[in-house]
Amino acid sequence: MLHMTDMTEARPAPQTASGPSAEPTLRVRGLTTVFRIGRREMPAIENVDLEIAPGETLALVGESGSGKSITSLSVLRLLPGAISRIGGGEVSFRDREGRVRDLVSAGGEEMRRLRGNHIGTVFQEPMSCLNPVHRIGDQIAEPLILHLGLSRRAAFERVVELLAAMGIPDPARRARQYPHELSGGMSQRATIAMALACDPVLLIADEPTTALDVTTQAQILRLLQDLQKTHGMAMLFVTHNFGVVAEIAHRVAVMYAGHVVEQGRVADVFRHPRHPYTRGLMTCVPQPGDALALRRAGQALPTIQGSVPSITDRPPGCPFAPRCALAVDACRAAVPAMEDTGDGHLSRCIRWSEM
Amino acid sequence: MLRYTLKRLAAGAAMLIALSMLVFILLRLAPGDPVDAYIDPMVKMSAADMARLRAELGLDKPLPVQYLIWLRDVLHGDFGRSLQRTGEPVLALIGSRIGPTLLLMLSGFGIAIIFGLIAGVVSAVKRGSVRDGTLLAVAAVGVSSPAFLTALIGLYLFSVVLHWAPSGGMLTPAMPFSLHDLLSHLILPALILAFYQSALVTRYMRSSMLEVLTQDYIRTARAKGVRENRIVSHHAVRNALLPVVTLIGSTLGLAVGGAIFIESVFNWPGMGLLLVNAVELRDYPVIMGSTLVIGAWVIVMNIATDLVYAVIDPRVKVS
Repeated sequence: MLHMTDMTEARPAPQTASGPSAEPTLRVRGLTTVFRIGRREMPAIENVDLEIAPGETLALVGESGSGKSITSLSVLRLLPGAISRIGGGEVSFRDREGRVRDLVSAGGEEMRRLRGNHIGTVFQEPMSCLNPVHRIGDQIAEPLILHLGLSRRAAFERVVELLAAMGIPDPARRARQYPHELSGGMSQRATIAMALACDPVLLIADEPTTALDVTTQAQILRLLQDLQKTHGMAMLFVTHNFGVVAEIAHRVAVMYAGHVVEQGRVADVFRHPRHPYTRGLMTCVPQPGDALALRRAGQALPTIQGSVPSITDRPPGCPFAPRCALAVDACRAAVPAMEDTGDGHLSRCIRWSEM
Repeated sequence: MLRYTLKRLAAGAAMLIALSMLVFILLRLAPGDPVDAYIDPMVKMSAADMARLRAELGLDKPLPVQYLIWLRDVLHGDFGRSLQRTGEPVLALIGSRIGPTLLLMLSGFGIAIIFGLIAGVVSAVKRGSVRDGTLLAVAAVGVSSPAFLTALIGLYLFSVVLHWAPSGGMLTPAMPFSLHDLLSHLILPALILAFYQSALVTRYMRSSMLEVLTQDYIRTARAKGVRENRIVSHHAVRNALLPVVTLIGSTLGLAVGGAIFIESVFNWPGMGLLLVNAVELRDYPVIMGSTLVIGAWVIVMNIATDLVYAVIDPRVKVS
């Protein structure tokens, strides 16, 4: 969808997070979430480190099963307690008033007051994320009434303003409609309005454009970027699409089998991937011209051999080693540590310097 | 909505005519002669007298003609007279019996719906708890206990052994009417009717709630910071009700069958008892009249179900 040359264009760093002194909105350190499977506990994500400054977008990218959604749901503490628990690490969140809270130790009621208020969330599949039996406007008004104590009337007026800001024509009429009366793109705009209703400082967007067609996807991405500029919020953007990463993110964290394997500024990671998995993924995203040339030459598109190991049979050592052309014995011995390859570009590969 | 209802009612009327034809034919296919019901078996009657009686009753005409005469009379509000000696008009008989049946069914179902919905929600929300397990076990007993068993056990236990409730009838004879008397007669048959139905509603509501609670919009509500209580009451229950309304509607129609049995066990003076007695005595006009009323009840319940469905689900447009 996007050319590599476009991707490598450096994105201007957000104004609000210009210096290293800027306090991050979200800082995740060593986050581990375990799932109970049968009688055993398996880590779904291990030792995840992330940091997002105000006004900054961090893309969390990886294949299905890499743990990117588990990471965002762990931050929100929305994983069902019956089958999962946070096994370790800390999640520091700076709320709207500048208070830093640890979300891992926060109680249920504290989390509830943060969600929808200080932290907004947009999910995939906007149609199924809206309750079919309630009017759009009432669903968007809910956090306003709940967290900000607005009256129904005031909330409705705010909802109409929000819908208008999302670029929805005739917002007062739309607010009175039910979800099935809206298109996919329109529904996603409505869920974004819902997430932003209380002016959160952190927006977690979990594959918000995956279920939409390409033109709608571009519009929603532009909308999110514009909203971020006006609200200055930090954004955690979960996606499996590198094109989307290039479009929207300042920095990117690549996940594989529950680990962040590479992290850095988008331009650096795209231009010089420092992990064989990232490099493999890049070659799987063909430019249209290349794909055509390959087809003419009768060659298949490049792929990474094998598949992501499931949570129950992750190998010891580097989880990517079984699929990696560069793997040596040392890779299989222990999970490599995160190394700084220079200028904050991190890689979890012991052979990064040879790439 | 009005147009839709009228259309459905028209279709229902056509179904009722088909039903009456079917019952009419089935009754005549049964062995025996309808005129027998008029004759005192102790009195010897000549063949000529019999023929005269047949002609008088219109029984000598061909079947289709007899049916059309019956239908014409019904359309004029005349359901005929009972063949019993008292010869009461069928309409008056039904009129006096329909109230007790509605009272029994609606109170039984009222208890079942209220209890079943609450139990289903609690069971789903507290999934895997002792409360859930207990409710599930009781519901399993409920759905596998046929009315003839629970009615007899209930009767024996609560009226014969414990003397908590009278064993039958609707009011104590030769006593001035009192609400207390009516309720004490009503409670046992209503609870027995409710037992099976509430078990059914509990199970449906539980599984429907469990499914709804896994939906994306429930996660969205949590992500908005909505309290768990409100997630259940505001976001989940209404969605979970949709399939349960269909179930309640169809069983409310079909429950006439169960009510007939319970009415005969408890000697409850309702439509069921009337119909059972009429069948025993081959009281054709009463059978025709009461099947027509019961059929109309089933059809009206189905239409009502669809209308309720349209009210709670905005995606359903009735037109």
